[in-house]
Amino acid sequence: MALPVLSVRDLTVHFATTERVVTAVRSLSFDITAGETVAIVGESGSGKSVTALSIMRLVEHGGGRIATGGIDFTRADDSTLDLAQADAVTMQSIRGAEIAMIFQEPMTSLNPVFTVGEQIAESIRFHQRKDFAAARAEALRMLEQVRMPEARRALDRYPHQLSGGMRQRVMIAMALSCKPRLLLADEPTTALDVTIQAQILTLMRLLQDEMHMAVMFITHDMGVVAEVADRVVVMYRGEKVEDGPTERIFAAPSQRYTKSLLSAVPRLGSLKGEDLPRKFPLVLLDGRSAPDTAPPPKPPSPSRRGGTPLLKVRGLTTRFDVKSGLFGRIRRRVHAVEGVSFDLGAGETLGLVGESGCGKSTTGRSLLRLVDIAGGSMELDGKDIATMGSSEFRPLRRDIQIIFQDPFASLDPRLTAGFSIAEPLYVHGVARGSEAEERVAWLLRHVGLTPDHAQRYPHEFSGGQRQRIAIARALALQPKIIVADEAVSALDVSIQAQIVNLLIDLQDEFGLSFLFISHDMAVVERVSHRVAVMYLGQIVEIGPRRAVFDNPQHPYTRKLMSAVPVADPARRQRKRELSSEEIPSPIRVIGDNPVVAPLVEVGPGHFVARHRVGGAY
Amino acid sequence: MLQYIAKRLVGLVPTLLLVGLLVFLFVHLLPGDPARLAAGPEATPETVALVRSDLGLDQPLPRQFARFLNGVVHWDFGTSLRTKRPVATEIGDRFMPTFWLTLWSMAWSVAIGMTIGILSAVWRNRWPDRVGMTLAVSGISFPAFALGMVLMQIFSVELGWLPTVGDDTWRHYILPSLTLGAAVAAIMARFTRSSFVDILGEDYIRTARAKGLDERRVVIKHGMRNALIPVVTMMGLQFGFLLGGSIVVEKVFNWPGLGRLLVDAVDMRDYPVIQALVLLFSLEFILINLIVDILYGIINPTIRYR
Repeated sequence: MALPVLSVRDLTVHFATTERVVTAVRSLSFDITAGETVAIVGESGSGKSVTALSIMRLVEHGGGRIATGGIDFTRADDSTLDLAQADAVTMQSIRGAEIAMIFQEPMTSLNPVFTVGEQIAESIRFHQRKDFAAARAEALRMLEQVRMPEARRALDRYPHQLSGGMRQRVMIAMALSCKPRLLLADEPTTALDVTIQAQILTLMRLLQDEMHMAVMFITHDMGVVAEVADRVVVMYRGEKVEDGPTERIFAAPSQRYTKSLLSAVPRLGSLKGEDLPRKFPLVLLDGRSAPDTAPPPKPPSPSRRGGTPLLKVRGLTTRFDVKSGLFGRIRRRVHAVEGVSFDLGAGETLGLVGESGCGKSTTGRSLLRLVDIAGGSMELDGKDIATMGSSEFRPLRRDIQIIFQDPFASLDPRLTAGFSIAEPLYVHGVARGSEAEERVAWLLRHVGLTPDHAQRYPHEFSGGQRQRIAIARALALQPKIIVADEAVSALDVSIQAQIVNLLIDLQDEFGLSFLFISHDMAVVERVSHRVAVMYLGQIVEIGPRRAVFDNPQHPYTRKLMSAVPVADPARRQRKRELSSEEIPSPIRVIGDNPVVAPLVEVGPGHFVARHRVGGAY
Repeated sequence: MLQYIAKRLVGLVPTLLLVGLLVFLFVHLLPGDPARLAAGPEATPETVALVRSDLGLDQPLPRQFARFLNGVVHWDFGTSLRTKRPVATEIGDRFMPTFWLTLWSMAWSVAIGMTIGILSAVWRNRWPDRVGMTLAVSGISFPAFALGMVLMQIFSVELGWLPTVGDDTWRHYILPSLTLGAAVAAIMARFTRSSFVDILGEDYIRTARAKGLDERRVVIKHGMRNALIPVVTMMGLQFGFLLGGSIVVEKVFNWPGLGRLLVDAVDMRDYPVIQALVLLFSLEFILINLIVDILYGIINPTIRYR
């Protein structure tokens, strides 16, 4: 057996603040050998990133301190060095050369004021003592190796001129430029769209095989773990819960926390052959199974079959002007939403899926008239809310409410939770005084909080609790429709599962309709009765969830489904084609309007666009 | 880029017109009669009337404003009521001393202020930071006239190294520019510090460290250009203020600059001079802002001009 490249022994990391000392990582031990991928899995605050930063000894810059333990690293000449004791100069020669790191946010991890070529060449010059021309040539070679399209031109581009996927390629090129023995990848694909994520994962696997690197892959996404990892280390609150080969962890987790984590993971295809949404069968940390599967949700009221739907959207179009030139003339437009039509029945959930920039959020905002729409009709209970004056629309806003993605940014930090929930009641003159207070208490109980939470401020709540408050606020006016715009995307998976279950319960109880906007196919599968797939501002496929997921017809739907990493190592798709395709831009020159293809019915209620979108299909 | 500059220069015209109008109205609403002031305390009402029509002050306000604008276009700002010299000459004589003084003050205060700011940010909450910020607070809170007199007392009177008043040689510039720049240096230090503290927490700084670069390169190469953006804004603002001429410092050092000219003009209700000076100050600010905006683009490639 080969010597491990990295051997972490009994590592403990403290963060000292003026009041107390926080232990971010406690007695952590694991090994990584050459050519192996070890995934460190855990939810936010579990200490996974701190572990990586400790190995790089960058944790000191964030106020952390390695208290005890050792980090043995085998260098290129087979000597072993304890990184925890290494001096600053030695660490500088190791960082970037023998151990490299890729970060989560490709948008902010590259320096905006230097070209990407310079940022790659910099570490080549620094570590390999090459001159400018040679380093630049090497940077170009690296960009080609990460399959950067038009690599030569990309050398002189600035980060803001590249898409997220391309920036992550640059990060990888930079990290691998000195052929490190160990690569630390901290959530490298979390911020990327799922098709781009699939590209990057394939690329990393390929380069790892070529260079025979050891990879430590930090992620919270069990799907990605199943896809890439040889072994898994599960962490919870700074401690290792269990570790083992990936297959074993997924098939037979021995620890309660791992079981609970796995039970909350949405798995694409888990509702194959079922018509209705189903709650997550959560395993709670105290060992009980959540009372789940008992009564499956009732089918939505029959109004959508036959009767008029609650919401009827026809040809919805929203465009944003791009001004340029001396007099700020409108030369181009962002075609965010183009001729979108769908119905939403009472008590029904329509899942709206697609990748970033496909117009799914703009569709949701258009429904609430939060953005100005360019055309189309939106009938709510038979009244066209698209052409209505704003004073006329105001009372109707009660019927349609929204929950946003970021529970931290969408609550006013200076108002109590109770006031935030009650404000819609005051604004619409529904209730005031003690009546409003009672209503707030009732709402808080219904979203799984307690009435005394009303007096607290947002910073006193966790992310999941804040999202519950946002849901309570949306429910305050007893709306008919709630638009949930990526409402669970920013949450940890166990919290995400709880919120999804809550939404399903609330729908059962109040007969709510949801427009559930998400990029996560597996979550959409859980909650939706029907699904619409959006691409470049248009719906390319819409129909009953079972039909769309079990029998996808549009090529884009199929591509999207196949790109989703499945949280099951047995269904790993290693042999993926390596592509560097980008999502085309929805910005077009004035007058060059996209063709809106008619939807063709391929099954009962199942419609598919029959045209070549963006040339790719 | 050129298109952008052209656009901004065109946009300058309405602003200046508005400033001109406001200044014109404001000056005419001030109490006191300039004709009487110009004619002297002993003048008869006839003489005053004569002086008034001579200055065009008896004409309706719109016509006076039109005359004023016409003059501005032809670079004729009228004649100073006080000295009877053309306003353009009057200001021209005073502009250069103030300009050089401003330039020297800015040069040293930006250099020192930024150095202190960077050192404070890198050693945040340690002794270099505490010393630097103590200096900065003293720089802001110690009044300029007091600093000027203390410096003069030490270096001119006691030690005799430097001249006291006037603007004849380069040595005359040392004390006034130190006095004038102290507050600016303090502000620059605080600004640079907070900007650098923010930047040093950015993800790309972590990336630079992860590459194995040494701390000096991380701070100077990867931090500096990004941290400069808010600092440049502040620099522009301070430059604009100083160009207006510091009344206190010019008084203390008997400096023949714009600040003293403005005070004298207001004292004497010298309308043409006041109008021209205020126009000049707003033009300076607008131009400095334009330069700052252009500098942004050079520092930060993500900024696009539209």
